[in-house]
Amino acid sequence: MPKNPDIKKVLVLGSGPIVIGQAAEFDYAGTQACRSLKEEGVEVVLLNSNPATIMTDKDIADRVYIEPLTVEVVEQLILKEQPDSVLPTLGGQAGLNLAMELEEAGFLKAHNVRLIGTTAQTIKKAEDRLEFKETMEKIGEPVAPSKVVETIEDGIAFTNTIGYPVVLRPAYTLGGSGGGIAENQEQLVEILGNGLRLSRVGQVLVERCIAGWKEVEYEVMRDGAGNVITVCNMENIDPVGVHTGDSIVVAPSQTLGDKEYQMLRTSALNIITELGITGGCNVQFALHPTSFEYCVIEVNPRVSRSSALASKATGYPIAKVAAKIALGYTLDEIKNAVTKKTYASFEPMLDYCVVKMPRLPFDKFISAKRTLGTQMKATGEVMSICTNFEGALMKAIRSLEQHVDSLLSYDFSHLNEEQLLEQLAVVDDRRIWVIAEALRRGISYDTIYQITRIDRWFIDKLAILVEMEAALKKGPLTAELLKEAKRIEFPDSVIARLTGIPQAEIKQMRKENGIMAAFKMVDTCAAEFAAETPYYYSCFGSFSEAEQNKDRKKVLVLGSGPIRIGQGIEFDFCSVHSTWAFSKEGYETIIINNNPETVSTDFDIADKLYFEPLTPEDVENVVDVEQPDGAVVQFGGQTAIKLTEALMQMGVPILGTAAEDVDAAEDRERFDEILEQCGIPRPAGGTVFTAEEAKKVAAGLGYPVLVRPSYVLGGQGMQICINDHDIDEFIGIINQIAQDHPILVDKYVQGKEIEVDAVCDGTDILIPGIMEHIERAGVHSGDSISVYPAQSLTQEVRDTLVEYTRRLARALHVKGMINIQFIVSHGTVYVIEVNPRSSRTVPYISKVTGIPIVPLATQVICGHTIRELGYTPGLAPEADYIAIKMPVFSFEKIRGADISLGPEMKSTGECLGIAKTFNEALYKAFEGAGIKLPRHKNMIITVKDEDKQDVVEIARRFQAVGYKIFSTRGTAKVLNENGVKALAVNKIEQESPNLLDLILGHQIDLVIDTPPQGADHSRDGFIIRRNAIETGVHVLTSLDTAAALATSLENRARKLTLVDIARL
Amino acid sequence: MKAFLILEDGTVFEGTSIGSARETVSEIVFNTSMTGYLEVLTDPSYAGQAVVMTYPLIGNYGVCREDMESLAPWPDGYVVRELSRIPSNFRSEDTLSHFLEIHDIPGISGIDTRALTKILREKGTMNGMITTTVYEDLSEPLQRMRAYRVTGVVKKTSCKTPYVLEPADPEAETCSVRTAEKPESLKHQAGRGRHVALLDLGAKRNIARSLTERGCRVTVYPCDTPAEEILAAKPDGIMLSNGPGDPKENVEIIREIRKLYESDVPIFAICLGHQLMALATGADTYKLKYGHRGGNHPVKDLATGRVYISSQNHGYAVDTDSLDPNIAVPAFVNVNDGTNEGLAYTGKNIFTVQYHPEACPGPQDSSYLFDRFLKMMEVRA
Repeated sequence: MPKNPDIKKVLVLGSGPIVIGQAAEFDYAGTQACRSLKEEGVEVVLLNSNPATIMTDKDIADRVYIEPLTVEVVEQLILKEQPDSVLPTLGGQAGLNLAMELEEAGFLKAHNVRLIGTTAQTIKKAEDRLEFKETMEKIGEPVAPSKVVETIEDGIAFTNTIGYPVVLRPAYTLGGSGGGIAENQEQLVEILGNGLRLSRVGQVLVERCIAGWKEVEYEVMRDGAGNVITVCNMENIDPVGVHTGDSIVVAPSQTLGDKEYQMLRTSALNIITELGITGGCNVQFALHPTSFEYCVIEVNPRVSRSSALASKATGYPIAKVAAKIALGYTLDEIKNAVTKKTYASFEPMLDYCVVKMPRLPFDKFISAKRTLGTQMKATGEVMSICTNFEGALMKAIRSLEQHVDSLLSYDFSHLNEEQLLEQLAVVDDRRIWVIAEALRRGISYDTIYQITRIDRWFIDKLAILVEMEAALKKGPLTAELLKEAKRIEFPDSVIARLTGIPQAEIKQMRKENGIMAAFKMVDTCAAEFAAETPYYYSCFGSFSEAEQNKDRKKVLVLGSGPIRIGQGIEFDFCSVHSTWAFSKEGYETIIINNNPETVSTDFDIADKLYFEPLTPEDVENVVDVEQPDGAVVQFGGQTAIKLTEALMQMGVPILGTAAEDVDAAEDRERFDEILEQCGIPRPAGGTVFTAEEAKKVAAGLGYPVLVRPSYVLGGQGMQICINDHDIDEFIGIINQIAQDHPILVDKYVQGKEIEVDAVCDGTDILIPGIMEHIERAGVHSGDSISVYPAQSLTQEVRDTLVEYTRRLARALHVKGMINIQFIVSHGTVYVIEVNPRSSRTVPYISKVTGIPIVPLATQVICGHTIRELGYTPGLAPEADYIAIKMPVFSFEKIRGADISLGPEMKSTGECLGIAKTFNEALYKAFEGAGIKLPRHKNMIITVKDEDKQDVVEIARRFQAVGYKIFSTRGTAKVLNENGVKALAVNKIEQESPNLLDLILGHQIDLVIDTPPQGADHSRDGFIIRRNAIETGVHVLTSLDTAAALATSLENRARKLTLVDIARL
Repeated sequence: MKAFLILEDGTVFEGTSIGSARETVSEIVFNTSMTGYLEVLTDPSYAGQAVVMTYPLIGNYGVCREDMESLAPWPDGYVVRELSRIPSNFRSEDTLSHFLEIHDIPGISGIDTRALTKILREKGTMNGMITTTVYEDLSEPLQRMRAYRVTGVVKKTSCKTPYVLEPADPEAETCSVRTAEKPESLKHQAGRGRHVALLDLGAKRNIARSLTERGCRVTVYPCDTPAEEILAAKPDGIMLSNGPGDPKENVEIIREIRKLYESDVPIFAICLGHQLMALATGADTYKLKYGHRGGNHPVKDLATGRVYISSQNHGYAVDTDSLDPNIAVPAFVNVNDGTNEGLAYTGKNIFTVQYHPEACPGPQDSSYLFDRFLKMMEVRA
């Protein structure tokens, strides 16, 4: 079936801000699909509220709207742009839900717009618990006994018929929000009540607990003619019970025989056929470990995180093919983009093993529970490829960038056997390390299996790694032993540690014995056909397929690794744009990265893709083969910056700003010198290594002070200290996260925070725009609401900012990007941080100013000047509209995490509000972030003493828009004294009814709770905030944010004007 | 123990000996299936060949004897990247390495199977040797390799005397395909009362099982059974099985199949059976450069345009240019390389496929072809 000629203009729905459960994979899928549609001559209109995405670039889609993903916006957009079709399957759950609402409202039909890629009926069959169950029963596919309930009473009654434990899954939620396993009635009531509230339709599925079964996933595709294929199957090492997003996953399945494999494959194909999906679909199964019994757990009728993983694991471009299918093509008409000879109607065959590991945010949320369950907690993931499982696991571990490089990285040797067995039963992110310790103690595979239900095959593989540790420790290190250690991917650094032989000698020994990394191609077909796609992975003991091209200059672009809080999709945006720009400059581009969710690891972005860990040794292996003319590190976040020194030692020139200048910005003393030379003030401070020194410096400065480690991103480990006790506590925490660099102690200056990104060519600078934060200094810039252009600065301050930026860029000899954060306090401009590299705000500011900063910076790096490129140096003229970047958090996913904002970044994503007026932009930004108020018009205000006066005005404004205010006694007293009516409520430790009852009673829209600074966070406040978040109540911990929200509420209820970013 | 895989072009791979340590010369072919190594090993079509598994981790789920496609493994050699140290599956009865040992199959592990596969892909299928002997001079073994031909393998793998398989108990667990619920065709046993003659050319067990589970009674005949003997039993349908080797070598069998063609008994043929029917009716076959062996090949039904993912194992194909449309027309084509995957015989109740609807290993997507065969018998009755 050829392309449907009626499809000429398609509205593609993106997935919105990055949150846990819906991350960069949708940018990857969306970008690939948009390119695939444009290739077919279809006009693409894109809607996504997330400005950090590549899909919202004007060269990806024809019309780009960075607007809130709400029904009203889509309706308005359809009226404005008149697309003939809507493609909702690339925008994750957000996109699907939106499509459902439009369809249910009859809007699409009324305006002759068709859904392509899926139908509303299909979405309903797959997503509605009841319809799904009925559909499965109809085709004889088993599901665990279950019932959809809408009340707690029904839940209890049904569970009594099937017995505890039961799994609870709310309908239409992301990443399993609000789900869980209940072992008894008390837990059932709690989790079920929560789930019912979070579900869009007030439904929760109560089902037989199949925890402990094998969890297997299939990625399948179907076209309009009914042809079906399987792209990939994947086996979760963690059995059912851990969300697949938090599991270690291997592809293809390892412990399934052909009978099991084909049984589940056939089932997945039956399901996609019955659902009538045209495109991609993910089917999750639970397979009984000792029989052929299985259950279908879940079906996602769209591209998903798993399909991104399957695409990268096999080389099969699922989103691209899905887009073509949506246009009407059949699988056998679509060329296999990897072989360019065969067609998309085949099943990829792997001749390697792929391991995915989740990147969990417990280093950010120290108070959070590390346990893993049915609710996803990972912010990102890494993937690795090797010819054996052990090697793939070792590579994945070191790709995580969490100070882990082997199964020795978490030490459980202090536990006695009984404690160790108890620890084995704990399902958390360190479980494989606990198993490794158990294996070292000689605990049997059976015992470990009985406790963990992890298949013995995987346990044996962990045992092989543990045995290698022992063999290396025992020695002697023969060539044979070294060869075997490298085969299973022990890094030289770990071998050095275990053998006591210096790393350089091990490298020498490898060279002498020809034990070198070889690169193999990912070709979708196990070498059956010649492939043209230069997508490589390394392994040892093999013949290498990668060859150096000598006809062009080559640049190595270092990616940014897994998505984590503080280093998100923005850096992938920068890496990809830099790669494209280098390509235009005539370079051969080579990307190294390990994140399967990203655009940068799509095989047709760079000339060559190496899917490898980003450690010095792994990068050197690539350098040895490719001999690049230079490497660019300023676009890959801290991951790439950290490799600078190693690259220089390998003799690879760093393109752009020199390494010593990067270092100068981080080295406190050198940086102070530069500031002094430039005549730029900064808050007073000092560099320390111990808590004692820190306290001495703090005493000199006077509290409060800001304490942070150097060389980190996203304010990791940064805290405001108000007394000596805080310093002791924080320095303890900092030292836990392996600190080789000094600690900085600065006077905390309260003021307005300003941020600037600039390009410098060595002489001139170009500042696309000045951004101003709504929250005052002290809240991490990534967690602040950021406004472009800055609204409250005098011309004098602006001039100072530009001048300081120029001086700093020149003093640091910046060639390329620089990011500077300032504080403006009482008319004085202070510099608080300088990063001579690309920053989180680059995609945002590029889009709203229309100045392509990354390509510009790349051209500058290649030797062009700003003037030559047609730009006038200095601050670019301000746009005549306002763009507001709003942080988005995923607090409801991480139990036990403290949500109060501070110097440590906590947001996972961002969205944009853009409009002609500040008020409309702000309103859009809040809408985009999902803060839709009012509902009940009740709010709670409880603030620390310092804020009690400031909160009065804000409370008055909320009252004016109709809010009923509840407060703790202290706050209520101040409010009432100032003429704002507030009802005093008991604190949570006091008798009912108290604050907690109010929150749990679900009559509250909003909590404003400002926690006292310092370590001694009130337990009360913490409990209030957690409970509010977990019951779906919005919580603001900064008065500035609260004031902004009040502004937004005062200015609502107007028709929004939609802005096409591509035509600014 | 060290072992070597030597190719007839002089390439030498060094690895570790697995299974039997005896020296073996055979044709080297690769299979891209990621699961189903035991089904591959016990597929008689590999007689005379050494199989390279492109998937690097083999033996993970051990040996489940009920998955064997014949009573013994048939390849002359087995080449893997890595053999699992432990088997892990609730049905496993043995390790693959022990299985190879007791069946005296020589093998080699620890070699770069991808590099080997690329050589076979570029240069075409070639002969090779697995040995534990260190040859200073390769000229003698290379001469032996070059002289090697796969011959007499159909006779070797076929049964020696006829035997009858009774219809499966409809209540019993289904083994030909594993599904949560029995497929309709197996539940209703539409083949009840039908008698199928299966000519064993080196048949995989699941062909007969696919028929008995549909209710058919199956008589399995040795490959050299005269057509008259088969027809005398008045079967409702005749099934020609898969099998090893060069189809053209089976001159006498082809002659008998010609007689079966001329009868009006419905015939369904798979793989070698498909090739022999083509040869029996005047068409030609040729050797593919490196064959199709795996579970991911797309075949297109030319009548409907539907594409099915199929299980394949063949080194030869029917030359479509040699077809007389009055006798047979292409019914299925391989989407990847356009080679013939099936024929419909004009004016006859005969259809044949190059691929494996019986799966094992591989996709079960084409098992509907057995139902189509039942329909053919029904129409005739």
